[in-house]
Amino acid sequence: MNWGSFSAFLHMGGYAFYVWSSFGLSFLLLALELLLLSGRRRTLLKRLGQIQRLNASRGSK
Amino acid sequence: MSKINLYKFASPATFYGLAGQMIPGFAALSALLFAIGLYISFFVAPTDAQQGEAYRIIFIHVPAAWMSMFIYVVMAVYAGVGLAFNTRLSAMMAQALAPTGALFAFIALFTGSFWGKPMWGTWWVWDARLTSQLILFFLYIGFISLQAAIDDPRRSDRAGALIALVGVINVPIIYFSVKWWNTLHQGASISFTKAPSMAHTMLAGMLIMAVACWTYTIAVALFRVRLIILERERHATWVSELLEEVK
Repeated sequence: MNWGSFSAFLHMGGYAFYVWSSFGLSFLLLALELLLLSGRRRTLLKRLGQIQRLNASRGSK
Repeated sequence: MSKINLYKFASPATFYGLAGQMIPGFAALSALLFAIGLYISFFVAPTDAQQGEAYRIIFIHVPAAWMSMFIYVVMAVYAGVGLAFNTRLSAMMAQALAPTGALFAFIALFTGSFWGKPMWGTWWVWDARLTSQLILFFLYIGFISLQAAIDDPRRSDRAGALIALVGVINVPIIYFSVKWWNTLHQGASISFTKAPSMAHTMLAGMLIMAVACWTYTIAVALFRVRLIILERERHATWVSELLEEVK
């Protein structure tokens, strides 16, 4: 174990800003990609469903 | 026999289902490997004698940089196969990989900046390694915007494939840039010819993080390719049948 205490862990030997910015921003971006993708899937399925209902109602007339 | 199966999985309709089955496994594996990799990065790997704790950025920086290059090559191969054999699915795979590749190229660039500032005293220098990596990022952006700008999918696939294939020349330039030119950037972390010079736990942490990024990329690319398949094949009967099931 490298760290004597939790505050020493957060302090990162004086490099806290650089280390936590790097890891924080990286994982934030990965999470954002997942969020955007699931949003894109929701809108796509909704739109395709609407088109299908529209076609079905036209076909029945 | 195997040829028949390959053709079967090259059809977007079949691959849609197959990809859907593969996603949960890769996603779970990725989460697990990220957890182990981060644990090693912060709690197992020792403090570096020269760089103190700042070196821990290596555990995200190097895997991201590797991924940005690997993904580009894989993307170019898919695009090239699509161009040569006119297979729709390979062009869609290239398109599905590009945003994640761009993301990793960007992560490599800014984590490098956050590492360069405390170690070199500057956020950025225009040297060979950093500049060629920036060009890689622009190549991804160029590929994505070119494909988005052309409405006809067949034409946009061909144009994208061209940019992807021409840009491949940049990948060996990035990789060997630290050897060919004088640079602030340190040499390759892992060499194919020499035994690794770093502590075993550091190496293990980096490799596990790299595999975590790989499995993440596979899961995300499969998820994205399914969306692309749905968009492009929306007039096909199998898609309407699928939408009936969803309802």
